Amino acid sequence: MPNQPILELKNVSSGYGSIDALKGVSLKVFPGEIVTMIGANGAGKTTTLMTICGIVPIKAGEIYYDGKPIHGCEPDTLAPKGLCQVPEGRRIFPRLKVEDNLEMGAFFRKDRQNMEKDMDHVFDLFPVLKERRKQLGGTLSGGEQQMLAIGRALMSKPRLLLLDEPSLGLAPLIVKRIFEIIHEINHREKTTILLVEQNANIALQSASRGYVLETGIIIMSDDAGALLQNPKIRKAYLGE
Amino acid sequence: MIPGSKHIWKKYAIAMIWLLVLLWPLLGIHADGTLTFSETWSVWIWIAGVLLGLLMLVLAHRSSTSRMVRAPVAIAMEKINRLGKVMPGKVWMVLIISVSLLFPFLTDRYAQDVAINVLVYVCLGLGLNIVVGLAGMLDLGYIAFYGVGAYTYALLSIHYQFSFWLSLPIAACFAAIAGCIIGYPTLRMRGDYLAIVTLGFGEIVRIILNNWMELTNGPNGILGINAPGLMLPQFSNGIGFEYIYLKKLHYLYYIVLLLCVFTVIAVHRLNFSRIGRAWEAIREDETVAELMGVNIFRLKLLAYAMGAVFGGLAGAFFAARMRFVSPESFTFIESAMVLAMVVLGGMGSIPGIILGAMALIVLPELFREVELYRMLAFGAAMTVMMLFRPKGLIPAKRVGTRSEEREG
Amino acid sequence: MEFFIQQTINGLTLGGIYALIALGYTMVYGIIQLINFAHGEFFAAGGYLGVILLSFLVSRGYLETHPWLCLGGSLVLAMAYCAALAMAVEKVAYKPLRFASRLSVLLSALGMSIFLQNGLMLTQGVYDKPYPSIFSHGNIEFGNITVSYLQIIILVATVSLLVLLNILVFKTRIGKAMRATAQDKVMTSLLGISSNRIISITFAIGAALAAAAGIMVGLYYGSVRYDMGFVPGIKAFAAAVLGGIGNITGAMLGGLIIGMVEIYGAGYISGQYKDVFAFIILIGVLYFRPTGIMGENIDDTRI
Repeated sequence: MPNQPILELKNVSSGYGSIDALKGVSLKVFPGEIVTMIGANGAGKTTTLMTICGIVPIKAGEIYYDGKPIHGCEPDTLAPKGLCQVPEGRRIFPRLKVEDNLEMGAFFRKDRQNMEKDMDHVFDLFPVLKERRKQLGGTLSGGEQQMLAIGRALMSKPRLLLLDEPSLGLAPLIVKRIFEIIHEINHREKTTILLVEQNANIALQSASRGYVLETGIIIMSDDAGALLQNPKIRKAYLGE
Repeated sequence: MIPGSKHIWKKYAIAMIWLLVLLWPLLGIHADGTLTFSETWSVWIWIAGVLLGLLMLVLAHRSSTSRMVRAPVAIAMEKINRLGKVMPGKVWMVLIISVSLLFPFLTDRYAQDVAINVLVYVCLGLGLNIVVGLAGMLDLGYIAFYGVGAYTYALLSIHYQFSFWLSLPIAACFAAIAGCIIGYPTLRMRGDYLAIVTLGFGEIVRIILNNWMELTNGPNGILGINAPGLMLPQFSNGIGFEYIYLKKLHYLYYIVLLLCVFTVIAVHRLNFSRIGRAWEAIREDETVAELMGVNIFRLKLLAYAMGAVFGGLAGAFFAARMRFVSPESFTFIESAMVLAMVVLGGMGSIPGIILGAMALIVLPELFREVELYRMLAFGAAMTVMMLFRPKGLIPAKRVGTRSEEREG
Repeated sequence: MEFFIQQTINGLTLGGIYALIALGYTMVYGIIQLINFAHGEFFAAGGYLGVILLSFLVSRGYLETHPWLCLGGSLVLAMAYCAALAMAVEKVAYKPLRFASRLSVLLSALGMSIFLQNGLMLTQGVYDKPYPSIFSHGNIEFGNITVSYLQIIILVATVSLLVLLNILVFKTRIGKAMRATAQDKVMTSLLGISSNRIISITFAIGAALAAAAGIMVGLYYGSVRYDMGFVPGIKAFAAAVLGGIGNITGAMLGGLIIGMVEIYGAGYISGQYKDVFAFIILIGVLYFRPTGIMGENIDDTRI
């Protein structure tokens, strides 16, 4: 494992208004990993990702991406650096066609000629999107929207992909398929992935390391396998 | 210090310079192709001076050196606050009331004139506050009710010699009816659709006033409206009563002060009544309010009607004071002025609106010498005020955030 | 019948102009939910820049020799100027208020409108400025119907601008980014699209269209005035709302309807009340469809 983490949070506190949703979160993600962060509703998982991306204002602490500080950067400067997020609730553009949604993922890129190739690559991963490429994003089903959201993020050629609850509201079979694809992206394209999930079981199975977040504080961090065996985790998050 | 944020002011300054550079040629070129910058120079010197002053203020505000200035100010503020705690609100009330009662004895005609103007606008601002501040419906045609009130009294006075006092409730009634007429079709509309429809209604009222020659005498207006009168006992030839027209300025001042106090009390009571709370519920979330059993239909109409009543009262007084009405007085810019007072002062806050009305009436008066540039400065000041105090001078205290701010 | 056709042509001309102005309102509203009260002033500034440029060209004699080139050049210059002006106004008066309540931004816009209007009045004078009359001669007659060359110029220019805008918004990358920003600003910024830049571009496009409309109105009515922005401004705003605010096709349709209603109303009912008809139609339509003709339910062309 290389020593330089691709993403590092040092004692990050943030939140809306006077309430801090995060109270000093520290974590590291190394290149090539899949790292997961699990936690209950309202633990601050989404806030963590939104703080990394500069949407939620940071109040204290530091965030380093590739060894450089990114806290306080404008959100739109991060995607060109290779840091892209698939946010909670997918947030596809409902009144844009599927292919236009994908094109937006590559908006900042200058190499237009490679874009066709990348779009074909996304269609290879998600063949259903190819069938629907002329449809409006809002007319897709939940699973298709999730695929579109991931595909759109892939269009920006990310080195670090932040995934927020990709399993939310989807049928188990589709969840399985989505996680297979997440693995494939990690494996084939060497994309580092930080995965936030409420579904601790599937998240820990696919990740190499895991963090457990509770009310804005990291209470535990270990190898994913160890966390899966941990009786406390099994009791609190795996329903035993 | 968060990286990135320190450039904001630099960027803003660049944008400002960009705007000024762009405006320069437009303001200096004449249609025949000649350039005369001499006139515009004075405008620009003014603008540059004001901007420089603001910039200094901002810098002083942001830099740590300002602490020497800020510290005494903070101490003074604290002392005032402590004084405010020692002296109960009632003492302040008495102070304000006595000053406003004594005002005509301490000042000249001109100041009284301005004061009357301020008080009229306070009534209007508080009326509009019911619609915009409490019920959360953006109304850009509020001045129409002012017009309805003014024309009601004007016509009653000219054709039927109604007295001012009798006409007041009638004018309020008519304005309330107008409010319902405007309110009814707009009940289903949301924020900005409402804005243009109310603006349209305001324009319709003005155009009708302008064109219905038989009734309103069109753009020439109505002349010879009676001033308010009073039955006073008089003793010169035996004991009897005499009807006296109160044309003197200080009488008018007291009348409008009375109106104003009535408005303040009424709005204050409304604010803290069940109805007021229902209005606030509608403002925060219409659907939830309806689910909680608030009758949206009736309450929204009521908000329009109540807002219109105070506009109508102010209008009737305006007609009685000027003794002349014409459609000129009821243009969109007046609606904008009243709205500006409400937002500038602080929506939903009665002292804020009073302060807003004072600021918007008195400040332009202070700059009478530069008459021509008044509106220019007024527009710029409005923008600048919003940049510095987007919530108004005295923001209303309220629990939680407003739904529109969350959307932000 | 002939009167009706004549009125229809006049209505189309006026409606097209309203549509051009309405597009600026609707695009800005679609993207940041702001009623840009200063938009009418961009229209007036465009009209003034047109008169300044054309008068200058007349004084140099170029207009006689190359009328089309001069007209086209002035149009493009005025559009570019107003685009830059709108971007500056946005940066100065609206951008710092992006997270403030919407009423504060509205008031800031109103302040800007008053500022620009009075700036125009102070420096350009309170009187009408006449446009060079070179384009107002000549017309084609079909029986009793007269179509002036000027009307044809305006109609052609309007239609081509509308087509160009449609291509820009629905076919180009920047247009798609504009629509994406209108739909979800947080998401576009996560994808590396700067919403500030997109908003600037939106203001610029809207103001450029308004400037073109300003020149057309100047040519059509023969003169411009410092306060000419107000009434067409609110009518165009009404048109945008009528069509369903935020909807591009809606704004075009709304503009045409308002223009036609105004002309028919003036022609068949009463000229004095022509401004009233537009608002009555607006209120009537909104009563039955509170979100406008093309609003929210038929939402393909919302920006």
